[in-house]
Amino acid sequence: MKTTVKILKKPITSTFIAILFGFLVAAVVLVFAGYNPWESFGALFQGIFAKPKYISNVIIKATPIILTGLSVAFAFKTGMFNIGAEGQYIAGTIAAVCVGVKFNFAPVIQIPLVVLSGVLAGAIFGGIIGYLKARFGIHEVITSIMLNWIGLYLSNFIVNTAAYHQPNSTSSFAVNDSSFTMLLPNWKTSKAGMAALKPHQWLYEMMLKTDVNFGILIAVVMALVIWVLLYRSTKGYELRAVGFNRDAAEFAGINVGRNITQAMLIAGALAGLAGALAITGTSPHKISQMAAFENNGFNGLSVALIAGSSPIGCIFAGLLFGGLLYGGQSVQQDVGAPTEIINIMIGTIVFFVALTKIVPSLADRLEKRGAHRVK
Amino acid sequence: MEVNREYAVQMHGITKMFGSFCALNDVSLDVKKGTIHAILGENGAGKSTLMNVLYGLYQAEAGEIFLNGEKVNIKNPNIAIEHGIGMVHQHFMLVDNFTVTQNIILGNEVTNQFGVLNMKKAREEILEIVKKYGLEVDPDEKIEDISVGMQQRVEILKALYRGVDLLILDEPTAVLTPQEIDDLIQIMRNLIADGKTIIIITHKLKEIKASSDVCTIIRRGEYIDTVNVADVDQEELATKMVGHAVQLVVEKSPADPGEVVFEIDNLTVRDERKLEAVKNLSLKVRKGEIVGVAGIDGNGQKELVEAITNLTRAVSGTIKINGAEIQNTTPRNVIDHKISTVHEDRQKRGLVLPFTVAENMVVEKYRRPPYSKSGMLNRSEILSYTKNLIKEYDIRPDNCESQPVRGLSGGNQQKVILAREISNEPDLLIAVQPTRGLDVGAIEYVHKTLIRERDRGRAILLISLELDEVMNVADTIDVIYAGTIVDSFKQGEVDEKTIGLLMAGGKLDENNSQNS
Repeated sequence: MKTTVKILKKPITSTFIAILFGFLVAAVVLVFAGYNPWESFGALFQGIFAKPKYISNVIIKATPIILTGLSVAFAFKTGMFNIGAEGQYIAGTIAAVCVGVKFNFAPVIQIPLVVLSGVLAGAIFGGIIGYLKARFGIHEVITSIMLNWIGLYLSNFIVNTAAYHQPNSTSSFAVNDSSFTMLLPNWKTSKAGMAALKPHQWLYEMMLKTDVNFGILIAVVMALVIWVLLYRSTKGYELRAVGFNRDAAEFAGINVGRNITQAMLIAGALAGLAGALAITGTSPHKISQMAAFENNGFNGLSVALIAGSSPIGCIFAGLLFGGLLYGGQSVQQDVGAPTEIINIMIGTIVFFVALTKIVPSLADRLEKRGAHRVK
Repeated sequence: MEVNREYAVQMHGITKMFGSFCALNDVSLDVKKGTIHAILGENGAGKSTLMNVLYGLYQAEAGEIFLNGEKVNIKNPNIAIEHGIGMVHQHFMLVDNFTVTQNIILGNEVTNQFGVLNMKKAREEILEIVKKYGLEVDPDEKIEDISVGMQQRVEILKALYRGVDLLILDEPTAVLTPQEIDDLIQIMRNLIADGKTIIIITHKLKEIKASSDVCTIIRRGEYIDTVNVADVDQEELATKMVGHAVQLVVEKSPADPGEVVFEIDNLTVRDERKLEAVKNLSLKVRKGEIVGVAGIDGNGQKELVEAITNLTRAVSGTIKINGAEIQNTTPRNVIDHKISTVHEDRQKRGLVLPFTVAENMVVEKYRRPPYSKSGMLNRSEILSYTKNLIKEYDIRPDNCESQPVRGLSGGNQQKVILAREISNEPDLLIAVQPTRGLDVGAIEYVHKTLIRERDRGRAILLISLELDEVMNVADTIDVIYAGTIVDSFKQGEVDEKTIGLLMAGGKLDENNSQNS
C-alpha cells in the first residue's frame, strides 16, 4: 500500500499513465473508425523500430523538437511561458539560410557561423519578448504570438527576395554545402564510402537513406548544459528564484527585469539553434514559402509538458514525440487509418499529462482510506 | 457531559482528519446559552477547524453536535444559518464598493411582490438592530470608506440581520485598535444581554480575561480543559495553551544606545494610488537600541518599509545608514549597506517557497565565495552552512536543509528568515510584523532573538501592528499616524491608552512638548 502510494506520487508515473491513456483513447477511436487497433499499433511500432532507417529518421525528426521543448521547459522553469518557440525557430532558420547562402567558408568556420547566426536570431526574437515583459510588463504570451506571425511572414518575405529566391520554385536557395552538419556527407556518397559501408547493412541504410547528422548530439549536450545552468550555476539559481517568486527575488536584491530578459534570450537561442540545425542537418537545407506554421516550436510545448519541464526529460519526450510523428505515417500506409488518429493520440497524451496532476492527489485519497482502515 | 437544553451548542467527541493528519481528536465543547465562550489555542491547534465543523464547512469523521439539546447534522453552512448560527471570519467577506446596507441584505434581499428591492424597509430594519445593540454604523456609507473596525460591525450586523442566536467570531481583535477592542467587547455584552450566545476564537489572553465567561483550551487537536475565566489568571491560561510555562512579558535589560546608525529625514513616499502615504517622516535608530513603530495598518508602514528597502521610490527626503544615503538606489545596494529586513509577508517577500531551506538561506549571498565560485554554486558549502544555522536557530525538523521550505511550519519558516538575515551581520535589522501568525512559543523566541541582537550592539527597527509587541520589546516607541511619526516615547514612559489614542489620530493635550 505504502509503496503504491509512493510510486503514484512520482511525477514520472503520471507521465506513463498519460501515455497509456493516450493509447487507450486512440484504440477506442480506431475501433469506432473501423480499424483494428492492434494492427494499427503494430504498424506504428513497425514504423518506428522495424528498420535502422526508421530509427534514424525518428531521431532526426526528434532533434528540433527536443531543442524547442528545451526552450519551452527552460523558460517555464524561470517563470515564463514561451509560446514563441515557433517564431524563434523560424528566425533561426531564416538567419541560417541567409548566412549559409551568402557565405561559403571552409566548414570549420562556415558551420559555426551559420549555426550561431541562427542561435543569435532566435535569441533576439526571445530577447524582445523578455525585454518587453521586463521593461513594460507586456505579457509574454501576447508578444510571442505576434512574433510567431512576424517570423512566418518574414520568412516568406526572405524566400521571395531576389537575392534568396530560387527561380521557378517556392523556396529559397539551399545553403552552401560547407554548412552541412550531416555525418560525412561527401564521403558517404563517394565510391570509397559506399564500398566501405556496403558490408554493414544497417549502417549503409542509415547513412545513405537518411540525413544522419550531429544535431541529436548537440541537443543532448544542450539538455545537459541547461540542466547544469539551472541547477548548478548562480545564474540558474537567480533565474529559478525569479521564476518561483519574483517578489522575494526582488527583495533579496536580484535584478528581476534583467533575469526575465536573459531567460527569454536563452530560451530563444535554444529554439533558434533548433531552426539552424534543421537547415544545416536535413534536406532540403532551405526555407520555403509557408502557408501555416510547421509546428516545430508548438510541438516543443507538448514535449516540455510531457517532460514535466525537466531538461533531461525533454530528450525522452522529444524522442517519443518524434517516434509518434514518424511512425504515425506507417499507420496510414499499412492500415489505411488516417494520421489524424496519431494526432488524437498525441493530443490525448498531452491532455492526460496535464490531467494526471490529479494522480498524486488520488494517491493522497488512497493513503487516507488506508489510514481509516487501520483505525 | 450530558445533553441538555441549557446549552446552545454541545459538540461531543469531534474528530477531524486531513489526510493522515489528525486536526481534531475527540474534542468536546459545551457552550451555555447567553454566555461568551472563548476557544483558546495556538495557531494550528484546531480552533478554527472546530468552528468550521460547527458551521458546516467541514464534516467531522466522528462525533455528535447538539444545538439546544437536539442532535443536528450540519452538512453545509446553509443548514448552520437555518439553525441560527452566524460566523464572522477573520478576513471579512464584504463587497467594497457596496454600501453597508447593500452588503447586509446581500443574499437576503427584501423585495415587494414584483421582486423589486425595498431598500427603505431594509434600511429601517438595519437601523433598528444598530440601535438595539449599540453597533454604531452609517448604513449609507460604502465599505471602502469605513474603517476596519466598522467593517467588522457590518459583518456582525450581517449575522444579526439573518436572525442568529449563536455568533462565532474568528480572531475578531486582530485588526482592531485598543479603543475598538473595548467597543467590540461592549457590543458582545449587549448581545448576550439580549439572550444571544457568542463563541470567540482567539489566542490573545488579555481579551479573554476582558470579555469571556468560560474558556475551552485546545492544544494540537486535543481537548485540554474548560475553565471559568474568572478563576484563572493569564499565566495559567498560557501554560494550558502551550503545555509548559511561558514568559508573557519579555525579559530585557535597559538599552545602552550608542551613536545613531540609521536616520530618516523628511521622507515622503507615494503609494500605488499616487497618494502621499508617508509624509515628511523622520526617525532615528541608534546602535544597541530597538525602535518600535506602533500604528494601525495602512498608516504608511508598508510604504515606509518599501522606501527603505528600495522597492519603491522616495519622492523627497533622505534615508541614511552610517552616513551614506541609500534612498532611490536598488534593493541590492541596501543589502550591501548592511541593512537586513525581515519582511512582514514571509511567503511573498521573505521566502522562495518551492526552494529548499538551503537555497533560501543563501538568497542574498549566493554570489559570494564560499557559496559559489566562478559562477557555479558550491553546494556542499551551502549545505553545511545551512546545517549550522538549522542547529543554531533550532529550526525543525532538524534535517530539513534539502526539503522545500514550504513544508515547514510558520514558526520555523520565520526562523529560517531570522537566521538568514541575522547571519548577514547587519548594522540595521528591520523587523516588520516579525511574529505575525506565529504561536506563543515562536513569538517568545523571535522577541528574545531581537533583544539578543540588540545587546550585541545592532540597531533594530521594529514595525508592528501588535501594540503589545511594540510596548514590550521596543526601547523607543514611535507612533505613526497618517504617514508621519506623531510622537515618540521611551519604553515605560507611556501607557497603552495614550498610544492607542495617538494611533487613532487623537491629540494629547498635556504633553505636546514631546512632539518636537
